[in-house]
Amino acid sequence: MSFTLTTPSGFWNPILWLVFLALFSIIAYLIYSRGNPSYKKDTEQIKPYLSGNQEPTKEKIQVKAGDIYWGFIEALKEYYKVLQAIHTGDMRDYILWYLGVGAIITFILIGGV
Amino acid sequence: MIEHLPALMIAVPLFGAFIAPIFKKHYKGVSIWAIIITGITVILSLLLAKEVVTGGIMIYVFGADKPTLVLPSGYSVPIRIMFEVDAMGAFMAISATLMSFVGALYSYSHVEKETGLEKYYSLLMLLEVGILGMVLTGDLFNLFVFLEIAGIAGSALVGFRNYRGEASEAGIKYLIVSAVASLMVLFAIGILYGQYGNLNLAYIARNISLNLVDMIALGLLFTSFAMKCGAVPMHYWVPDAYTEVPAGINPPLLVATYASLYALFRVSFTLFANIVVDLARVGWIMSILGVLTMFIGVTMALVQKDVKRLMSYHAISQTGYMLLGVGVGLTVLHDPSKLAEFGRDAMAGGVFHIINHIIYKSLLLMTAGALFYVTGTRNLNEMGGLARKMPVTTISFMVGAAAISGLPPFNGFASKLLIYETSYRLNPLLTVFAMVTSVLTLASFVKVFASAFLGPPLEKFENTKEVPRPMIIAMIILAALCIIFGLFPNIVLDKLVYPAVDALINFAQYHSWGGLA
Repeated sequence: MSFTLTTPSGFWNPILWLVFLALFSIIAYLIYSRGNPSYKKDTEQIKPYLSGNQEPTKEKIQVKAGDIYWGFIEALKEYYKVLQAIHTGDMRDYILWYLGVGAIITFILIGGV
Repeated sequence: MIEHLPALMIAVPLFGAFIAPIFKKHYKGVSIWAIIITGITVILSLLLAKEVVTGGIMIYVFGADKPTLVLPSGYSVPIRIMFEVDAMGAFMAISATLMSFVGALYSYSHVEKETGLEKYYSLLMLLEVGILGMVLTGDLFNLFVFLEIAGIAGSALVGFRNYRGEASEAGIKYLIVSAVASLMVLFAIGILYGQYGNLNLAYIARNISLNLVDMIALGLLFTSFAMKCGAVPMHYWVPDAYTEVPAGINPPLLVATYASLYALFRVSFTLFANIVVDLARVGWIMSILGVLTMFIGVTMALVQKDVKRLMSYHAISQTGYMLLGVGVGLTVLHDPSKLAEFGRDAMAGGVFHIINHIIYKSLLLMTAGALFYVTGTRNLNEMGGLARKMPVTTISFMVGAAAISGLPPFNGFASKLLIYETSYRLNPLLTVFAMVTSVLTLASFVKVFASAFLGPPLEKFENTKEVPRPMIIAMIILAALCIIFGLFPNIVLDKLVYPAVDALINFAQYHSWGGLA
């Protein structure tokens, strides 16, 4: 049984990839195991230091989905403005888009372009 | 019995659907009935695929033993409904039956608290009938009938939780979109019937003159099926429908969407395959629609906060890859050297991506369903720290997310690799869009993973636990398929995908009813 997928420009062998993954995982583990030995789990060490302030509740410190990629979305604000404007949720618009695209495709197919 | 397989593929789930209402108020009975019936169809579809791959195109004429029957009056064209199953049809049939089975299994626990389950399972099996009919038939009007069955069953299932306003709205939207698309398909079929006096796909394909009216019919069919498969900018119904439908129905509904994609390919490759000059134009339209679909889909997904809506936009985005792969193949279909060089592999990438996407997207939507089942919300802002409580769902999600992002060694990687390499040969810009889309897909799923599964455990989810066993089994089956298809892509390609692609390329074989004409 061959595991190699031949593509137009090369090949792909997932087993070979897994072998390399295992190899690099061992190297990563070796580096990790040479870490700071004074670290002790479940002690005062792991508590966050907030300048003497009390630690907020878990709900408050959790990063919400809406905050992730804020910068990306902000940078593409104008693009998203257009996208959100065309996603109206109005059924009539859905049909209008269909008719518009249908007209363009039919026009191209009958030799208009 | 083997020769009756195409008819049995329809008869068995149809029988199951009509028997299901007898189980009214016997929730477990109807669930198990649906699992048994859909399980039988999986076996039938595997037998059918084996038969088609080894013996070539399978013809089933209802009420006669061969398609070339001559009437006493001398009328010699096919006059009966005919099923014509090639490897592409068999490939789609396996996807449909497998996902219906997994959906029924998942639904066993997922919808146990709902009422009207006899209708739910009856509609699930009718949806399966609609999909199977669409992918097995060799008759245009029959295609329309099954498109309608799938559309009506699908919209009823989308609106199944009718105590939610959003579900009813999504169901009605799906119904209207399906009705408009079906109406235009019927209109196009009418145009072709008016000219050629027949509804048999192979017969029309052989006799088509490709005049102005035929091209209008092609335009109508192309646009209608493109809307039904969620191509941008006609995709607006997809997030509504996929978000509101119960998660157990997501897998068969996905296949119903791709049955329309199949119909689009069937129209382009089989019905209009003889348009030598304009076929490249059709291929380019398909490729450009593909790129638009993948990019707009993924950028919309990135800003969603509803976990199922986010995944629904990804379903749109991934459809773009299929359109791109098959579009590249269609563009060079009449150029033998380019077809051999990269066209066939491009189509293989597109077709392989259909089944890969059905598997991992169903898995991801099921994990979203599991999150909803446990937390009672789909809002990612309200979730967090669930990995500790739901380890199997978390691992299933990770497998699905890695697969959809095209990370090796999961199944999405192999099909995307073929699409990247081959679309590059047509135009490198297509590949750039495809790769950027993959990066954004990964980014989007990192967001879901971080906000739903990672982070500190939240007090409100202190008492939550993993979802029931049937849901877990359904997710594990799909996660295992993601890994198996990823580790042995060449086997899936050789046994299933390339025969399907060759069936599309060798359209003359289909036109002659597998050599009978």
